[in-house]
This record gives sequence, C-alpha cells and structure tokens, in this order.
Amino acid sequence: MLRVENLHKFFGANEVLKGVSLEVDKGDVVVILGPSGSGKTTLLRSINFLETAEQGTLQFDDLHIHFPEAEKKQIREVRMRTGFVFQNYNLFLNKTALANVTEGLITARKLPRAEAEQIGRAALQKVGLGDRMEYYPQQLSGGQQQRVGIARAIATNPEVIFFDEPTSALDPELIGEVLAVMKKLAREGTTMVVVTHEMSFAQSVANKVIFMAGGVVVEEGTPRQIFTAAREERTKQFLRRINREVEYII
Amino acid sequence: MEDRLVTLLLQSFAQILVPGLLVTIPLTVVSFILGILVALGTALVQIAELRGLKQLARFYVWIVRGTPLLVQLYIIFYGLPNLGIKLDAIPAAIIAFSLNVGAYTSETLRAAILAVPGGQLEAGYCVGMSFSQTMRRIILPQAFKIAFPPLFNSFISLTKDTSLAANITVLEMFMATQRIAARTYEPFALYCEVGFIYLLFCTVLTRLQSYGERRLSLNKA
Repeated sequence: MLRVENLHKFFGANEVLKGVSLEVDKGDVVVILGPSGSGKTTLLRSINFLETAEQGTLQFDDLHIHFPEAEKKQIREVRMRTGFVFQNYNLFLNKTALANVTEGLITARKLPRAEAEQIGRAALQKVGLGDRMEYYPQQLSGGQQQRVGIARAIATNPEVIFFDEPTSALDPELIGEVLAVMKKLAREGTTMVVVTHEMSFAQSVANKVIFMAGGVVVEEGTPRQIFTAAREERTKQFLRRINREVEYII
Repeated sequence: MEDRLVTLLLQSFAQILVPGLLVTIPLTVVSFILGILVALGTALVQIAELRGLKQLARFYVWIVRGTPLLVQLYIIFYGLPNLGIKLDAIPAAIIAFSLNVGAYTSETLRAAILAVPGGQLEAGYCVGMSFSQTMRRIILPQAFKIAFPPLFNSFISLTKDTSLAANITVLEMFMATQRIAARTYEPFALYCEVGFIYLLFCTVLTRLQSYGERRLSLNKA
C-alpha cells in the first residue's frame, strides 16, 4: 500500500536519513524503534512532507512521488489520505475538542457542519471523550489531549495513521489510556506506523518492528524475531539498555 | 483665574474639539485600519518565507522605522509633487500614517504569530488544510489575542502622532489650536487645553482596551 524507497534527508550537512526504505501493507501495525537521533521521527515527517527529503520515492497505492519534486497537489493528497498524531498533540488551542476534530472536515474537505459534527462526535466517543466535546485543550489532561489528537486523525478515515512518539510527552499514569485507544484501533484493523519507546505496545500489538539507528534501518522483522532473536549487535544493545532502564525504574 | 482666560478656554474648547472629532479621530481610525492591513501582509510574507517579498518587507520596515515620521509626511506631501505625484493633505497624511503604523505593527503581529504555539500549522497541514486556511482559522485568532495590548499601544500612539499632520496643512485638532493661540496670544493655556483633550481621547482608548481585554478574556490564564 505504502512504500518508501531510498529516503535521504539532510539537516544542513548532517545526513539524518541515509537511504531508508519502508513498506507498509494494509492492516499493518508497524512499530519503529531506535535510540533518539536515529531518524525515526524525521522518517515519519518526511513521508507526510512536513520535512522535504532530498532523495527518495514514495509509492502510495497509485501515487508515485519523487520526494524532492513533490507537487503541492500530491502533497495535499498524501495528507488527505493519511493521519498524523504528534508527540505534543498540536491541538488547535482556540478550538474545542469537537471543533478540533471537525475543523479539517469542514475547512479542507468541505463537509457540511452537521455531517462533520456527527463524525466528530463518533470519533471522540471512540477515544472515550464523549463527555469532553466542548472542552478546550487547556481544560484537558495530556492524555485526554492526545486522545483528541487521535480522534482528529481518525475522523478523516485515513488509509494509514502515523504516530510520532504519541506517549512521550505524557506523565506515566496517563500513558495507558492513550495506548489503550491505539490498541483498540489496531484491533479494528487500522493501518498504523508508530514511533514509540513503549516496548510492551510493540510486543503485543505490532506485526512488524523496525529498528533504526544512525539514520538507517538496522533490522526489521516480527516482534518475536526482534525481541527474542535479534541478529544485529546494535539492536541487541539497544534492547538490553531499554530493559535495564525498565528494571532500574522498578 | 482671569475671567477672560476662562471665557477663552470655554470658547476654544468647542473650536478645538470639533476638528478633533471630525479630523483627528477619523484620520486616526482610517490610518490605523489601513496600517493593520499593511502590517498583516508584511508580517505574513515574512512568516511564509516568500522569497523576494520577504526581503521587500524587511526593506520597508527598515526604511520606515529608520526615518522620522515628520520627514515621511514632508516627503509624501511636499516632496512627491516634484515627481509629478500631487496629493491632497488628508490623503497624504493617511498614506504616511498607514505606512508608519504598518511598519511598526507588522513587527507586533509577526511576534504574536510566532508566539502562537508552533505545531498547530503542521497539524492543520496534516488534516489537509492549506497555509492560508490554517492561518486564518487557527493561528491568527490566537495571535490577535497576543497582539491586542501592543496594538492598542500603537493606536494610542497614532492618535497623538496625527498632530504632526498640522505640518502638512491638515486642519486637525492641533492646527486648530495653533490658530487660536496665534490670534489670542495665550499659547500656554491653549496648548495645555489641547493636551488635555488628547489625554481625554487616550483615556477613552485605555478604557476601550480594558473592555476589549475582558471580552477576549486575556486576563484569564
């Protein structure tokens, strides 16, 4: 469904993605792991053209795009057909939870308000915020804000949703509610690409795990392959360190 | 106080206030509105990083902020006729004040737009909205709240700066006072009087600002 090939991205002279390829099939839950600075976030942002990659191609069903030469129309189409959930939620602060979800439907998709609100209410109910529709972002907890962010992403019925460290900005006790929503979406067959440090999510929900480091994909496979039988030394090191951190917290 | 002075102050009050209401205030309001539009354009082309226009905007701000308002008024009213552009005093004043306010408040607006928590523009893009849609519906309403107090600063400032238009023959409040002072030889009383009327105008504006801030609930966190 979605295939990225040979993606190169520079920040100045610093090459943060050194020829990354990624394939996502319908219904996949792909989790991207890796130390910070490995290019995971930049990869997601480049696919959605929030960053302009210097090299590489994107194939999205019938759409073929050479990243540096993407036309406005193509960029818009990719964004219309995908959803994006940000680490810092990035909710529209002057809009209520419901208006956050309906804004894109009304402004970009030109849906009638009534229809947009019907979709918006359903989306908020799905993430468990049926009773918070008229709240402004500042009146919501981080976990609730991120769930509004997810509702905003699913409201447009995207073919794939990108999650960029969706729980990294949250207090530990709020992470669970966001992960629960994501698990629910995964069970329903939503195609998801998730950058996260939540190993339990990767182990229990993903059907494909990608380990990135230093701007390249080091290793990819099923969760079982990666977590119990990693081939690459860098992957093993990373998993050992993560596990040690978990023990340390306990 | 002498009776003569009291009578003069009372008589002149209306003679000064009327051009104040009929010229100073409309001149201020029209110039400010046009100035804000100029400022918005100037700020947005810089935020959107439109090459060429961005440089032009910086150049414009540099020129206007770097030269005295009085000199700008003289150039537009007395200078441009040399280039074959003759303007009446009031249009010349409006142009000068709008450009002046535009340059200063473009910086206010630019700062306010940049102060709106980033990422919302990207979030707009990700739900399929364009730059201008996201600006109009998400970013600018928030930026306007941030910019509101400093914009009122500029508005109050402009109210008083319109007195400079007296130099290019606009018969506004200050010129009306000058004329009466020249006739009656009471500059101290009359210039204090006109100062007092400016103060009245600005007091009303200060009240308006407080009211506006309450309406925008700027006082709430």
